[in-house]
Amino acid sequence: MTLALALEQLLNGLQLGVMLFLMAAGLTLIFGVMGLINLAHGSLYMVGAFACATVAAWTGSFWIGLIASLVAAAAAGAIVELVVIRRLYDRDHLDQVLATFALILMFSEGTRWLFGSFPLYLDIPPLLQGAVALPGGTEYPVYRLAIILAGAIVAFGLYLLISRTRLGMRIRAGESDREMIGALGVDIRTLYTVVFALGAALAGLAGAMVGALQSVQVGMGEPVLILAFVVIVIGGIGSIKGALLGALLVGVTDTMGRFLLPKILALFVAPAQAGMIGGAVASMLIYIVMAVILAVKPRGLFPAAHA
Amino acid sequence: MKKMLAAATLALSVGTTGMAFAEPLKIGMITTLSGGGAGLGIDTRDGFMLAIKNAGNKDITVVTEDDAQKPELAVQIADKMIQSDKVDVLTGIVWSNLLMAVAPSAVAQGKFYVSTNAAPAALAGANCNKLYFNAAYQNDNLHEAMGEYANKGYKKMFILAPNYPAGKDSLTGFKRYYKGQLAAEVYTQVGQTDYAAEIAQMRASGADGIFVFLPGGMGIAFMKQFAQSGVKIPVMGPGFSFSQDVLPAIGDAAIGAKASGQWAPDFDNAASKKFLADFQKEYNRLPSIYAVQAYDAAQLIVAAASKASVKNAAAFGAELKKADIQSPRGKFKFNTNQHPIQDIYLTEVVKQNGVITNKTVEKIFADHGDAYAKDCKI
Repeated sequence: MTLALALEQLLNGLQLGVMLFLMAAGLTLIFGVMGLINLAHGSLYMVGAFACATVAAWTGSFWIGLIASLVAAAAAGAIVELVVIRRLYDRDHLDQVLATFALILMFSEGTRWLFGSFPLYLDIPPLLQGAVALPGGTEYPVYRLAIILAGAIVAFGLYLLISRTRLGMRIRAGESDREMIGALGVDIRTLYTVVFALGAALAGLAGAMVGALQSVQVGMGEPVLILAFVVIVIGGIGSIKGALLGALLVGVTDTMGRFLLPKILALFVAPAQAGMIGGAVASMLIYIVMAVILAVKPRGLFPAAHA
Repeated sequence: MKKMLAAATLALSVGTTGMAFAEPLKIGMITTLSGGGAGLGIDTRDGFMLAIKNAGNKDITVVTEDDAQKPELAVQIADKMIQSDKVDVLTGIVWSNLLMAVAPSAVAQGKFYVSTNAAPAALAGANCNKLYFNAAYQNDNLHEAMGEYANKGYKKMFILAPNYPAGKDSLTGFKRYYKGQLAAEVYTQVGQTDYAAEIAQMRASGADGIFVFLPGGMGIAFMKQFAQSGVKIPVMGPGFSFSQDVLPAIGDAAIGAKASGQWAPDFDNAASKKFLADFQKEYNRLPSIYAVQAYDAAQLIVAAASKASVKNAAAFGAELKKADIQSPRGKFKFNTNQHPIQDIYLTEVVKQNGVITNKTVEKIFADHGDAYAKDCKI
């Protein structure tokens, strides 16, 4: 194993982590502020990817598609909040899970109805095609570096938004005492819609960026949703900082596990066996990490102040 | 009165023309119509229904249900189809892990299972069954063909497949024929969509060729990411990795990839041309190999049902085994374990008139059976 390979794998882990952060940030924000478990967050990711693929196919520009993905996911999020989610805040978590699970089914079948079952084509924009040389003599895809950069910008933007703006102040207030900020005259309903749309837009952005790298298809959001839940549970539900660290931890653990475990096992058993067992254990690794972290810190790494 | 009787007899005889069946036949199709693997299931269903429609027989009914690529759901649907729909033949499952959950119990209950795709090794050898037929191949076959092809000019191969029965069959099949050295043998998660970690290993492995078996969305994700990675090693795989259901979504990144298949849209025989024209007319897209396999499965069932009653399992099974059909693949017959003996070709992904599709290059295997048939005692 060379240093170049290890560096490349580390970047891969970071990139996966950044993508998970975009998903987890919205999820944890919504849970932190509204106390809502939103299983349909993966559907908003899918909406972003489909919007980007469709608009990019119409206009020929990935960038217009990317903007469309933000708009479409935010709009879908706002509509869902106004029509369905709003009625769920006072219900218990089981009702929320049921209702948002129903939303997943509706989004999936609706998308299939509109776009069919075959994956859509969405390519990486010409500007970000290809690979660049890294120190150590290896190459790395430009687009993955761009995802890491975009994630860093979003993380910094969210930090500024939450710590420096009035909206951020209200979000923080909402996290620590929902009734009180309502009593202080803040329009809590609008705040909820805005937060939900913001979380949806982040999911849509992640969907569009990843869509160009993977395949844009119905049901693409659910595997990511599961990972995003792992992230926020590790990070501490409701904490953006926790989501960031949790996402990077999960991203790097997953990538390094897939890469290193078969190699380590190959020292003891035949390569074919090592590949099979290593692959199986690697797919469990993040859950093992989650279990260990929860055993030590039952409320995650950075538990939100209230809860 | 006499006239009326004559008219009635005439009406009856008119009504029965085209009904060559001894008994009505009910087929239960369980396939993947939702989720990431839906493209494969839809091609399976459409190919199957095309042959049923061409047969034009009112005595055949097909009930179709979606398994969502979930084994537990497939089992429930199979139970329902056998017990309350009273189907005679089950078919349609795309994935080997689902097939393993359904087919053994279906044949144990005396139902025929004609597979349109999944063909795990476990059902081809010692555990073969008189009621289980496979119209597609045995899982290893297309991978064996690529192993044979890789012997020409590739000294060190990096091989990769998802960690499920067909993935294991795939790499086993490849290794059975490939004589060179292996750079690495990697198993990924089923449904995995990010292959950055594996591509990095390929880059560092020093391999001169890469073999990937990644059906459906997995293959789309892999090929797009591979094209961006700057790794310049040639990629090859079984036909599934570059099948018509995924090529439009992969785009130009797939061009030049070599694959193995029992059929490609450029096959020059009458049955293939008719199938291609009918399919495009009916569904307005190019068929994948899943559609061909399902089309042949339906043809096989229809052909057998026109000669024997499905209620007489021995006779129906014997008719099925004759494989009296015009397959778009050309030659097609059943081996002793009721899996196909057929030719397997090398194909290459090309762009023709703006459409990305597969072109036949050469024949790799002629009359190829499978390695498990010798263990099958039926």
